[in-house]
Amino acid sequence: MAALARKDLLLELRGRETLPAMLLFVVAMLVAFRFALTGEQSDAAAGLLWVAILFTALLGLGRAFVPEREQGVLDGLVLAPCDRSAIWLGKLLATLAFLVLVELVALPAFALFFEPLSGQTIAAVALANVGICAVGTLLAAMAVAARARELLLPLLFLPLALPIVVGGVGATVAEDAGRYLGFLALYDLVFAILAWATFEYVVVE
Amino acid sequence: MLLLGGGVALALLWAPEDADQGISQRIFYIHVPVALTAYACFGWGAWKALRHLWTRGERYDLESYTAIHMGTIFGLLTLVTGSIWAKISWGVWWSWGERQLVLFLILFLFYSAYFMLRFSVDAGPARANLSAVYALFGVVLIPVSFLAIRLAENFIHPVVFTREGPQMAGSMFATFLVCLAGTLALAGALYSNELTGKRLDERLLELRELLA
Amino acid sequence: MSAGEKYLAAAYAVVLGAVLAYVAIIALKLARMERELDELAQLARGRRPAGG
Repeated sequence: MAALARKDLLLELRGRETLPAMLLFVVAMLVAFRFALTGEQSDAAAGLLWVAILFTALLGLGRAFVPEREQGVLDGLVLAPCDRSAIWLGKLLATLAFLVLVELVALPAFALFFEPLSGQTIAAVALANVGICAVGTLLAAMAVAARARELLLPLLFLPLALPIVVGGVGATVAEDAGRYLGFLALYDLVFAILAWATFEYVVVE
Repeated sequence: MLLLGGGVALALLWAPEDADQGISQRIFYIHVPVALTAYACFGWGAWKALRHLWTRGERYDLESYTAIHMGTIFGLLTLVTGSIWAKISWGVWWSWGERQLVLFLILFLFYSAYFMLRFSVDAGPARANLSAVYALFGVVLIPVSFLAIRLAENFIHPVVFTREGPQMAGSMFATFLVCLAGTLALAGALYSNELTGKRLDERLLELRELLA
Repeated sequence: MSAGEKYLAAAYAVVLGAVLAYVAIIALKLARMERELDELAQLARGRRPAGG
């Protein structure tokens, strides 16, 4: 499992495809948002941060299983004598690493362009990352099996990610962020268990 | 058989209409049972999906699909009737303060994606598994979204609409129960119909392949 | 008829309409199946003398 995650990261470092694309995308998006907002709307900016994170994650997730599919590695992985959920966990860790790397740039950029970030926002982002990657990895594995996979993934993902937006925006805007952080943690827990339990059915061929 | 099932259910639906007073309250008798029926359909579909993953029985896939098909239809009806209710009560067609409606909008989006998923994967065990997993996600999403909507109201709508209106009198509650039974029966009839239809479709395809 | 009554009627009509539309769709589907079945029966009948 750790080997799987490492393999993905190494592949990415050598290939340099997804990560720069995600970085450019998120910065471009923040710039676009700056012009989409008129006047002083700091609450709206907080919301847009979450939209940016979600869409950037979507961009990365869309690529998550594509190399495997193209090189037929997934079948080999499925046949490998290990728990299939390990594939999910390995992918999750790799995607999570990408997302965190992107956010290391995106969050300071946001703070620079719009407004400084509070500690609770960063905590919420960290919690949301786990949920996004847990659900997203599973859905990405689903979507690669389909014909219109680039089209399908956002459709599958966004309704499921709405609670994350609610929790994230709440934690950013509200005075008492505890409830929202708790909600995000609950979301992570519930959906991670569900994704972990069901992943083996998704990759079976 | 279909007409009978539909007719019985409709009679049940129509008959108790005069059992109460407020005009906008009456829509309750159709809106809420339809919404509950949609939940029941989604739950039934998820249960069948679970059975499918558990036992690998092929028939559960089709049953789960049919149940979710029905749930989506009832969900859409909930949205429409709810929207009309909002128009009567508050004079607007859509209100973000109405939790159930927002939840149904999310669910409707979610289950529309379910259909997209089904249509873009070739028939076979892979599709059955994917659909089943997604259906399970749906039934978990319902309470999580509900919670999320409640939380969201705190920062989107500081002033919360409350509709915990009049206590239900006995006769109203009875009417409501009859309506609920009616819609559930209607959904059951439609479900079994749709299932038979889908099975027949599959058989015909099989026969065609055998003969060709 | 007040506006409220109109909306109320509309709500019930929508549900009724949906059920009726569903019945119509099922009727069309049944007709199509019958046609297909006829076709297949024809095929099977045509095959029997030749194939044995």
